Amino acid sequence: MSRTMAEKVWDAHLVRSTEGEPDLLYIDLHLVHEVTSPQAFDGLRANGRTVRRPELTIATEDHNVPTTAGPITDIVSRTQVEALRHNCEEFGVRLYPMGDAGQGIVHVIGPQLGLTQPGMTVVCGDSHTSTHGAFGALAFGIGTSQVEHVLATQSLPMRRPKTMAVEVEGALPPGVTAKDLVLGIITQIGTGGGQGHIIEYRGEAIRGLSMEGRMTVCNMSIEAGARAGMIAPDDTTFDYLRGRDRAPEDADWDAAVEHWKSFATDEDATFDKVVHIDASALSPWVTWGTNPGQGAPLSGRVPQPADSSDERALAYMDLVPGTPLTDVAVDTVFIGSCTNGRLEDLRAAAEVLKGRRVADGVRMLVVPGSVDVKERAESEGLQDIFTAAGAEWRGAGCSMCLAMNPDKLSPGQRSASTSNRNFEGRQGPGGRTHLVSPSVAAATAVAGRLTAPADL
Amino acid sequence: MEKFTTHTGRAVPLRRNNVDTDQIIPAEYLKRVSRAGFGDGLFRAWRDDPDFVLNDSRYDGATVLVAGRDFGTGSSREHAVWALQDHGFRAVISARFADIFRGNALNGGLLAVELAEDAVAAFQDLSTTDPATEITVDLVEREVRAPGLTVAFQLDDYTRWRLMEGLDDIGLTLTNADDITAYESGRAAWMPVVR
Repeated sequence: MSRTMAEKVWDAHLVRSTEGEPDLLYIDLHLVHEVTSPQAFDGLRANGRTVRRPELTIATEDHNVPTTAGPITDIVSRTQVEALRHNCEEFGVRLYPMGDAGQGIVHVIGPQLGLTQPGMTVVCGDSHTSTHGAFGALAFGIGTSQVEHVLATQSLPMRRPKTMAVEVEGALPPGVTAKDLVLGIITQIGTGGGQGHIIEYRGEAIRGLSMEGRMTVCNMSIEAGARAGMIAPDDTTFDYLRGRDRAPEDADWDAAVEHWKSFATDEDATFDKVVHIDASALSPWVTWGTNPGQGAPLSGRVPQPADSSDERALAYMDLVPGTPLTDVAVDTVFIGSCTNGRLEDLRAAAEVLKGRRVADGVRMLVVPGSVDVKERAESEGLQDIFTAAGAEWRGAGCSMCLAMNPDKLSPGQRSASTSNRNFEGRQGPGGRTHLVSPSVAAATAVAGRLTAPADL
Repeated sequence: MEKFTTHTGRAVPLRRNNVDTDQIIPAEYLKRVSRAGFGDGLFRAWRDDPDFVLNDSRYDGATVLVAGRDFGTGSSREHAVWALQDHGFRAVISARFADIFRGNALNGGLLAVELAEDAVAAFQDLSTTDPATEITVDLVEREVRAPGLTVAFQLDDYTRWRLMEGLDDIGLTLTNADDITAYESGRAAWMPVVR
């Protein structure tokens, strides 16, 4: 029977499938960080359980870590990071701690190490685990009870989600990025549009994206409410993986590629839901509201509210309907996160900033997604471009995406941010967030208001 | 996990759509390493607004939250469920839940009940008109009841059984440990491991 990629990966991981019960799925890779794991390790201890497959489990410190030099000064944050260190030591889990060359945002280091591969199941106590779907892996965020479940059993009882195709037709116009594409998709289908489904992104514009761009798209699947997002592996995927630390080698490589190719959706397979997106109609995109579905072309205006949610969002964002979005001034620009904290993102921002200055009164933070990204960016001279422009060049971590570390907005401050969520207070209590691409973020920093690079 | 069969209590009408988990429990509270005490962070930013429904003393002690559509969007933080439970909620009703939130709730014994939008509005109206209205969330019969209003809901038999028995998911899976071992023996040798 014809199957979609999601169905093939699902079927390949069935430990047990019994009528009337959830399927029991085997988990190939479990990513762990400090915030959603302490209670899970406590649960193991309380029940005398061990980590079943420590070698399929990897941990990093990312959510809490400061991006400036020095130890964690927040005692509560420090306690949590220390709990992770203690737990990894006790249960034999490999940890990349602060200061380690392998440290970084959990969704940046998995692909970077070559641990994320097509056809795998990947979970993490973090909703942006969907990032790994860019490789054709089935990757989804889980709660802490499920983290404990996977630690103890390397498997997870799950109901099979429905399948959804997002067919992106045509090519992206010049200057329109993966971030604009995914923001445009979420604006069209809404924050609940993918609920209960695994999205497969398909079509010419998707095939044309780099792996980093594909990760940006899959990363934000959760903002459309989807359980996961996937893109079929192809030569772009294989070229990215070849030679990475944990990628297969020699004869294993050939066997792996054959295996990976077998996961592609069959030509006559059907999806439970299909959505069409016209890539050629997209342009640099920005959110104006307090959920990622409240977006518009940057060349447009703040919309009239369609309902009470919109009214509430506009009030929180202090925006007047009809205002050109390019008139909206910001005081903070954040470049980073698991959505846009990879090398290609930093290159795109640096290209815009080169020879220019961050506007007076604007604070710009550039936070690489991992230590490796940071080092590569520095060796390319990107750091010099950022600092010469007046931006702050920081250490790796989640930083201002969710403001669990000292990088946050003050009440009333407004940011252009390459992160993934514009929720009320997400970047600090009372802060206002506009989600944008790295190149729009950089152009906005220069102009001091929401700006596309072409308009500088 | 505490068993859930049926629960009767007063309800809070939360008339907002797209209540994300950052609103339910802000990230600042996630630094804790225990499961207890998250109630003080519940809807933290909104608690400063005197008009916010949870600040209305007529709803003190309510145990059922009747929320707008797309409740629990965003982050996977199970702390959102712990915060609702710590505050005293036993059930949340909405027209649509974010997948991860719903899974976390049902794993932790917080009954997430999906009803049609007009039914949600009807229960909200009852609690708005009379905050003393008691709502019964009956898992055995799979229905929500209030005076003059009974609405059936769907929940699969397995999840219902697990909630009614208060069973630990991990314990259930470990009864199938042989199946896991058998699956592992068939995995390709080249699949990646951490080192």
